[in-house]
Amino acid sequence: MANQFEMQITKILDEQGRDQQKLLSILLDIQKASGKNYISEEAAEIVSREMGIPLVKLYDILTFYAMLETKPRGRFLIEVCNNAPCYVSKSDRIAQFLRQELGINFGQTTADGLFTLQYMPCVGACDIGPVIKIGDRVYGNLTEEKIRKILSDLTNNLEG
Amino acid sequence: MPKTMSVLTARCGRIRPDSVKEYVATGGFEAFRKALAMEPMEIINEVMDAKLLGRGGASYPAGKKWKQLYEIPTFPKYIVCNADEGEPGTFKDKVLLEKDPLLVIEGMLIAGYVFDSHDGYIYIRGEYREIQRIFQAAIANAESAGFLGDNICGTDFSFRVHIVSGAGAYICGENSGLLNSIEAKTGRPRVKPPHLAEVGLFSMPTLVNNVESFAGIPVILSMGGKQFLELGSENSGGTKLICLSGNVNNRGTYEIPMHGVTLRDIIYDPELGGGIPDGKELKFFHLGGQSGPIGFPHQLDTVYSHDALKKVGLSVGSGAVVVLDESVCIIDYLKKVADFFIHESCGKCVPCREGNRQIRLILQKFSDGVATMQDFERLERLSLTMAMASSCGLGQAATTALDSCLIHAREEFIAHINGVCPVCFNSRKNGDTYAY
Amino acid sequence: MHIDPNKMVTVKIDGIPVTVPSGTTIMEAAKKIGIKIPSLCHHPDLTVRAFCRVCVVEDTWSRRLKTACNNIVDECGDIFTNTEGIRRARRTILELLLANHPQDCLHCERNRKCELQTLAEEFGIRKNAFDPVYRPVPKDLSNPAMVRDMSKCIRCGRCVDACQAVQGVNAIGYAGRSTGFKITTAFEKPLSESPCVYCGQCIAACPVGALYEKDDTQKVWDALSNKDLHVVVQTAPAVRVAIGEEFGMEKGAIATGKMVAALRRLGFDKVFDTNFSADLTIVEEGNELFSRLKSGKNLPMITSCSPGWVNYVEKNYPDLLDHVSSCKSPQQMFGAVAKTYYADKMEIPREKMFVVSIMPCVAKKYEAQRPEMNSSGYQDVDVVLTTRELAKMIRLAGIQFGALPEEEFDSPLGLASGAGAIFGTSGGVMEAAVRTVYEIVTGKEPQSLDFNELRGHEGIKEASLDLDGTTVKVAVANGLSNAKILMDKVRAGEADYQFIEIMCCPGGCVGGGGQPFRTTAAIRSNRMTGLYKVDKDSKIRQSHKNPEILALYDEFLGEPNGHLAHELLHTHYTDRSH
Repeated sequence: MANQFEMQITKILDEQGRDQQKLLSILLDIQKASGKNYISEEAAEIVSREMGIPLVKLYDILTFYAMLETKPRGRFLIEVCNNAPCYVSKSDRIAQFLRQELGINFGQTTADGLFTLQYMPCVGACDIGPVIKIGDRVYGNLTEEKIRKILSDLTNNLEG
Repeated sequence: MPKTMSVLTARCGRIRPDSVKEYVATGGFEAFRKALAMEPMEIINEVMDAKLLGRGGASYPAGKKWKQLYEIPTFPKYIVCNADEGEPGTFKDKVLLEKDPLLVIEGMLIAGYVFDSHDGYIYIRGEYREIQRIFQAAIANAESAGFLGDNICGTDFSFRVHIVSGAGAYICGENSGLLNSIEAKTGRPRVKPPHLAEVGLFSMPTLVNNVESFAGIPVILSMGGKQFLELGSENSGGTKLICLSGNVNNRGTYEIPMHGVTLRDIIYDPELGGGIPDGKELKFFHLGGQSGPIGFPHQLDTVYSHDALKKVGLSVGSGAVVVLDESVCIIDYLKKVADFFIHESCGKCVPCREGNRQIRLILQKFSDGVATMQDFERLERLSLTMAMASSCGLGQAATTALDSCLIHAREEFIAHINGVCPVCFNSRKNGDTYAY
Repeated sequence: MHIDPNKMVTVKIDGIPVTVPSGTTIMEAAKKIGIKIPSLCHHPDLTVRAFCRVCVVEDTWSRRLKTACNNIVDECGDIFTNTEGIRRARRTILELLLANHPQDCLHCERNRKCELQTLAEEFGIRKNAFDPVYRPVPKDLSNPAMVRDMSKCIRCGRCVDACQAVQGVNAIGYAGRSTGFKITTAFEKPLSESPCVYCGQCIAACPVGALYEKDDTQKVWDALSNKDLHVVVQTAPAVRVAIGEEFGMEKGAIATGKMVAALRRLGFDKVFDTNFSADLTIVEEGNELFSRLKSGKNLPMITSCSPGWVNYVEKNYPDLLDHVSSCKSPQQMFGAVAKTYYADKMEIPREKMFVVSIMPCVAKKYEAQRPEMNSSGYQDVDVVLTTRELAKMIRLAGIQFGALPEEEFDSPLGLASGAGAIFGTSGGVMEAAVRTVYEIVTGKEPQSLDFNELRGHEGIKEASLDLDGTTVKVAVANGLSNAKILMDKVRAGEADYQFIEIMCCPGGCVGGGGQPFRTTAAIRSNRMTGLYKVDKDSKIRQSHKNPEILALYDEFLGEPNGHLAHELLHTHYTDRSH
């Protein structure tokens, strides 16, 4: 298992190349491949070794960039924009609804490990606010109904 | 006179974004061909004539920046496009990146030719992962068509564009933070001097411009700098992409000439904002993102141009226009702004790291009805110290919005001190659910 | 902005014209006219970070304030360093820092030696305008050498620069952002699980009480008041040229005699000298080098006196451990000899012996606790104190250091050559070794005992020494980032040296992590000068001519590198790269 994970990381490194400027892209890919939306210490050690970046400096990077996380999260990251333009578009109601629907607070993960609820800074979709982002995809003009549909689609696709 | 134009956005939505063929068919790369027949200094002179002010937010004259870099005799030089669009309420670079990436590439290519640079980097924020893919396809197609790579268009000029992904840090929109981020470092801004023109990417002289600025370059060369200037006002040429959001009927990105269009037009004209929903009254508007100033109804007849806005203490910034109606409490709104900067401060310098959180604490006192006039004075003192002593633009501008309100909305602070803000009373019933 | 240091620039600071080379910072220029601009993150030996913003000044060219630590006078109009606006800004910044700082100065390790406290006092801050946001975090007590108390950290970054740029150790770094911005190890591990080598350069760099050595003074007080114990003390070479600074003497002043007197007044039964065991190290190491030169095996040989360096090589170059001299450090040789030869000679039961070291070093605390360091059957060195801790004991005892008479070390472990003294400075071990090896190889005395090519501050020094026809190529490095450069060459097979001296700390032990606070390159230089003077003034200047050393071999050890010497004076190393 550990070996398979290491191979997966090596594959990402090979594909992207080990150039310094690819680091964040590599880390985002590793995070995605982890299935738990995070970069483990083991993964960081591999990247540190392979790219010649001291672990303590890599840790700085992992904790500095908001999209990177060193602790396991849910398979799907549901991020709610709470910056001023979305706030004006009542993003707090969307946030409240997601909390109820998933039964968790912000920063928490559902017991089945599927969903983590987080806030995120503006993703430049203020024309369709309030918005949430799941993975790389942004959903806008949200209503309670729409959110229910998005959540059930995610769960259904998983089963299918 | 039309309130909107399609100069930079002429192709947006009309061609397949990554198609070199369609791009060329609509006049693409003609500016670059024209550039090949010009001396670098001639091109820089066109940019200077155009009076293009940087579109990232700081509005630094692009021509001046180009000239400064041109005069530095050290090579290699690097061309960097700042596509870390992170100012809340700003989504205009996204439009260009998504719908006409080749225009941005052509702008970078011309810059590469001017500075005899062989490598360009475009730093696209991590939240725009999908756009990175579109842009990558555009680069690949431009390479196959011979507009990027070695010996471009049969010349001995070679230029490549590399995409670098961000990973969620507003501060990487600060140019030195951005360069650090490209170098696989944390995106905290650098200590300046040395300046980036001299010691930039990989310690070499570097040009950093915003997406919209680069997109303006082919336009300037095509129509001529003087013509470009005509689109704007006296000291600032060109059209401007603006982003309307908040309590306004027609949210979205618009391209407007920078003369003759007032803030009132932007918010109320049917061609633009189309007014406030539900028949509500305008209370204030926030220009240029979270780091920009807040404007009030008495300033509505100001023309949207660098010159005119400056005169009334406002600014263009990134081009964001967030409209707020009477249902928004100013203190609540400023808390949002403070929260944003608390989240995005890099943390290394004391005024910004500690100042933003103190501002948030004091604003909360106003919300809770326990603030005093001393708290108002503390806000003034913090705002001044942060603006004067912070290390980079983030900390220096973090209190711009607060400052506008301390000046123009003093009575709303006083109302909170006296415990009588009707808006707050209403919103508290709905529950303030905010927390990072 | 083109900076030409040969060009002079004239600026006005507070109305006074000052002419300085192009590229000079405002802070430096202000110093020239007698103005000290306050700062917390600035340190003359470290890179400029401009984090704290306390050093802001005004100038007529800029709308905003400028930090004096990094802005250069070339880019300034008339400069003002003391206006109401500046005082208010600096005060606000200090209050912001203090709002996020525990208010327990009275109980703090750095009480009265804290740069933040000093500034707060200078600015007359009696009441903070801002609400406290301070949250305590647990201390890192994971290792025997030092404590990290991040509750006190003001995030100035000086320790990070020392750890990363100066030492290249990369044990600690920055993490997080905004209010979460902090200094930590990778993945918040305790120091003991990090690449830390306990050099203590972070402690030396810290302006506040966030980093300090583990205070072992109580253990020494306990031993001193225990009538059953025979308590002896050894003092490292670099302590005598630094301890006086703690009591107002000049930087680098030689305070050997007063130090000995103070130790005697504290109640030590015998006051001995690590310089003595430095001589012993040279005899062992010189003979080891001689045999390696003969066999051609495991060359270059690398010195092993510096415990931070030994930790570093074990963690980073386990493949090169055979190159490291098997000699214990002088501290540990002393401990082993004191608890065997000396104890037996004085008929003191070994278990009643208590050995205290006074060291300029933090890593020595770790070294003393290594399990292999108990050749006497007991831990050879019981407690290690830093120069700073000794000063604390002297103060607590009420001893007026300046008024003390000059006293001599005790015998038989107190006599030392000048070669032993220069162990405390970069290049000194090499020079001491060469003075002895020359005679082992050639059978003749060197023409001069001064090897000037090995002296000085440079990070890496190289020399080819002519041993009467035999050329020996040597290199000397101080500071671990310089050590790394040499080690990478050795690893790549690109180094043709026969002998390498490495000292962990910048300048060698004179710049050790346990030395008085606010050490700078200039102060290290003064201490170096002091040590070379001790050497010059010594009657004996070669280790193998020290009569107490000769007696030790004669009465007890037998031959250098012999069986007993190996048992007591040599050690082995462990791959700790995990």
